[in-house]
Formats: sequence, C-alpha cells, structure tokens
Amino acid sequence: MSDGRKVLLLHGGLLAGLFALHFVLPAYHHGNLARIMVLASYAVGYNVLFGYTGLLSLGHALFFAAGMYGMALPLHHLGLPAGWALLTGLGAGAGLAALLALLALRTTGVAFLIVTLMFAQAGHLTILYFGEVTRGDEGFVIDAAQRVLWGIDLSAPDARYLAALALFAASLLACLALVRAPFGKTLIAVRENEERVRMLGYDTHLHKWGAMVISGALSAAAGAAYGLLFGYAGATFGSVQYSILPLLWVLLGGAGTVIGPFIGTLFMFYLIDLSSDLTTAYMLVAGVALIALTLFAPQGLAGEVRRRLWRWLP
Amino acid sequence: MTLLETRGLSKHFAGLQAVAGVDLAVTEGEVRALIGPNGAGKTTLVGMICGRIAPSGGSVRFDGRDITALPAHRRIRRGMAYTFQITSVFARLPVAENVALAARRHRRGADVDLAVHAALDRVGLGAHIDREAGDLSYGHQRLLELAMALAQEPRLLILDEPTQGLSEAEIAAFKALVRELAGTTTILLIEHNMSVVMETADRVTVLDLGTVLAEGTPREIHGNAAVQAAYLGTGADA
Repeated sequence: MSDGRKVLLLHGGLLAGLFALHFVLPAYHHGNLARIMVLASYAVGYNVLFGYTGLLSLGHALFFAAGMYGMALPLHHLGLPAGWALLTGLGAGAGLAALLALLALRTTGVAFLIVTLMFAQAGHLTILYFGEVTRGDEGFVIDAAQRVLWGIDLSAPDARYLAALALFAASLLACLALVRAPFGKTLIAVRENEERVRMLGYDTHLHKWGAMVISGALSAAAGAAYGLLFGYAGATFGSVQYSILPLLWVLLGGAGTVIGPFIGTLFMFYLIDLSSDLTTAYMLVAGVALIALTLFAPQGLAGEVRRRLWRWLP
Repeated sequence: MTLLETRGLSKHFAGLQAVAGVDLAVTEGEVRALIGPNGAGKTTLVGMICGRIAPSGGSVRFDGRDITALPAHRRIRRGMAYTFQITSVFARLPVAENVALAARRHRRGADVDLAVHAALDRVGLGAHIDREAGDLSYGHQRLLELAMALAQEPRLLILDEPTQGLSEAEIAAFKALVRELAGTTTILLIEHNMSVVMETADRVTVLDLGTVLAEGTPREIHGNAAVQAAYLGTGADA
C-alpha cells in the first residue's frame, strides 16, 4: 500500500469512526466527544503554527476568543443569522491574526512567545473592559432560538455532535491538505532550518505570516463554533489558560502530526474527567501523566508512533 | 558579459575590517576561484554578494542590475544559488525532500521528482534518496548541499568550500562536475584544496585581510612568488 493511501485510510478511518460513535455512545460521552472535537479543531489550528512552522505562541486564546465573540456579539446584539455570525467570527480571528503577525513576526523565539502572550492578555482585558457588551467573566448565554443554522437546531445533542464532527473533519482535512501542499512543506522546512529556506529563495517571512493567518483562522472557526454549539460566550475563553491548553494538547498528542491534536485533546479531557472522579487533586494526576509523557514520549503520542512504527505519518 | 560585479564592497564588524573595498567582476560562464588564508574575508564577501550579510559600503550588480538593496531570497530568485560552508541541510527531512525544496521554487508536480533524481544522480547520491539527511556522512551532506544548489538551476553558483570533508574519489568527481557545468553555469568557488583550484578555475582571485591581493589565471597565481610564499606554501606541488 502506498503511503498516500495509508494516510487517507487512517484519517478517513478516524472520521468514519467518530461518525459511527454518534450512534452508539451513551449521552454523557456523546456530549463530551462533541466538545472534544471542537477543542481538537482548535488544537489543529494551533498545531499549524507550533507543530509545523515551529513558532511557539502563547496568545492563541486571542484568536479563539475573537472567533467566539466575533460570532456571538453580532448574533446576540444585532440578531445576525447564525451562518453569517460564524463567518464574522472567522473573519475577526483571521483578520486579527493577520495584523498581529505583522508585529509579532518581527521577533523570534522567546520574544515571540512573550509578544503573543501580551497581545492575548490585552485582548482578554479588552473583553473585560467592555463588560457592558461582552458581560465580562460572567459571559452571556446565546438563546437556543438563535442557534439555528440552515433550519438545523444546533442546541439539540444530535445536531451538535454532527456539526462538531463536520467542523473537525474540515479542520483535519484542511491541515492534511496543507502539509502535503508545497506551501506546507516549505513551512516544515522553515521549522527545521529557516536560514536555509531563505537561501533557497523563499520569502520565509511571508510563509510564516501565512501560517499564522491559517492558524488564527482555524482557531477562530473553533471558537465561533464552540460558542454557537454550546450556547455561551465568556471572557474565560480569552484568558491565558486557553492559550496554554492547545499547547498541552498538541504536545501530548504529537506536535507536527495531523492526528496528534485530536489524540492529545481526547487524552487530556478524559484524564481530567476520570481523575476528578477519584480525587479532588485531579490536576496532580494530570501533572504526573504529563511528566511521564514528557519523559517517555517526548514527541507526543502520535509522534512516538511515527518514530517507532509509522514513518509515513504526516 | 559580466554577470556579477562588486564595487568597493566593504564590511566592518565593530571596528574589524573584514572586507575592504573589493572590486570583483565575474564573466558569464566563468569558473572563478576565491582563495586566501583563514580570516581573509572570503565568506563575508560571498555573504554580501548573496545577501546573507548587509554590506557596510559598496554595491553589488547581478545580471546588469544593482541588487545591493535586495533581500537574500530575492537575489536567489534572480538566479543565484549558495552552498553553506558549514553544512546546512534539513537534517530531519529525507534527502529527496531536501532537494525537492530547492526544485519546487520553479517546478511543480512530477517535474520536481525528475529534477530531484537528476540532481542527486549528478552528485552520486542517487542511492541515498530515501534516507534522512542527518544520517548521511559529512561528505555526503556536502554533496547534498551541492545537489540542492544544482536543483535550483542557478546562473551563478556560489560554493563555499565544497570539497571540505570529501574523499579523494569524491573530489575527483567534484572536479569533473564543475568542468561539466562550466560554460553554462557561472561558478564562484571558495576553495582551500589547490588541486581543485588549479584544475577547475578559469581565473583566481586572492583575498588577504579583506582586500584583493592578486588576480589572474591559475598559472599566473601559482607563479606569483608573493602569493605562493604567503598562501600556497613554498614548494606547493599543486
């Protein structure tokens, strides 16, 4: 079997499996998995910048929240239909990423991390500052009546699961297409050795800018969908916690693998879910698991699989 | 026709004059060797030509146009290729992908594969196409650099000590390759191995302390007593 077919089989198989689970999962896990798929879409977006381009951002909550509020504010205050609101959310995140990239990409390494973190903090504070419209930390609920897309009620569990799956499938396939395209392959080369890419005649700055816009757009799409599917927008989603989470998911699952972000999100979600059943110190369990993984699978779960078994894993 | 011309090209690093007012003119199709002792400013000079290093003064013209203000990637796009003195390949990517990155700048699809195979065969790395670049021996990584440069199909090929770390047989193959390229590709070659210089170069420029000490055919340079005494070592049997 050619590598291309294996790749198609694995990722197609994952999506088919998630579709099949829709019919068999008990309600609790069904709801969890819908949430995991939306968050994994966010992680896929984060991975484009971190895993494939090698840029460590601590400001992605800005794009996630921009998507969420870009969707929720016009929907809530202006009565914009859900479909259009999703697009305004996506546009807000992508536009913000395009602007921020112009500034942040003037730096590299630790400085890039700090600059993105600071911008995200500024974004978070902006949400709190305009509390009258954003409702700040408390947030606001999006009416079920407004969560209707093409006549489908997204507040119903079935529709919500399938919508989350559609989003995740789109993100996953977009990422897969990206890393197999010349542009994506150049991003990987930038991660490996930027100076060499430049001396092969590529405008590496433009490539990194493009990566940040794609990454921001995917993150914003996830943020917009999260607000719409779960009916809530709040400032917490713009806090630093939501910048660190996608980093952890991607590290756990395998940075620079298409499937890794999903595995990492799933793993972390259930790790916390199961350990909080056992003890109130569930973050301790999560912390120990993270340390163990860092020690024994430093390239993340999918990264380890690629290293040991499937070298073709994209 | 002059393909590459520098006028008064200079670079100083915090008081240290690395290159001082170098005028260099390389004719299209020529193989030009750049020699000189360590610290003579050879790598700094070619760094300024291909845009890795910003000059403190002077200008660079390529193909009749002033490119002094252009960033490196746009100079490369105009037809330069540069191989690094300190091997700089994509160690964690396959050999084929290393070369494909170079080829994809002006090719697409199946055309890329053809160019990759052609470039690797030309330097004798065809058998290693699927290996990870970092697993290659040092000498083979030097050859991979060369294949990456060839895949760009440059008009001006800048080679910074390409034979460093190569075996005798590989050096012989390298000489043959340069002779094969000569005439169609202009080559600027920094080289310490005098047999390579003597057998491949049309002209030789000797750099010392950032200035041009001498310039001429390999025979003239070899016969230049001052150069011979200072840089080739007296009685060099090149």
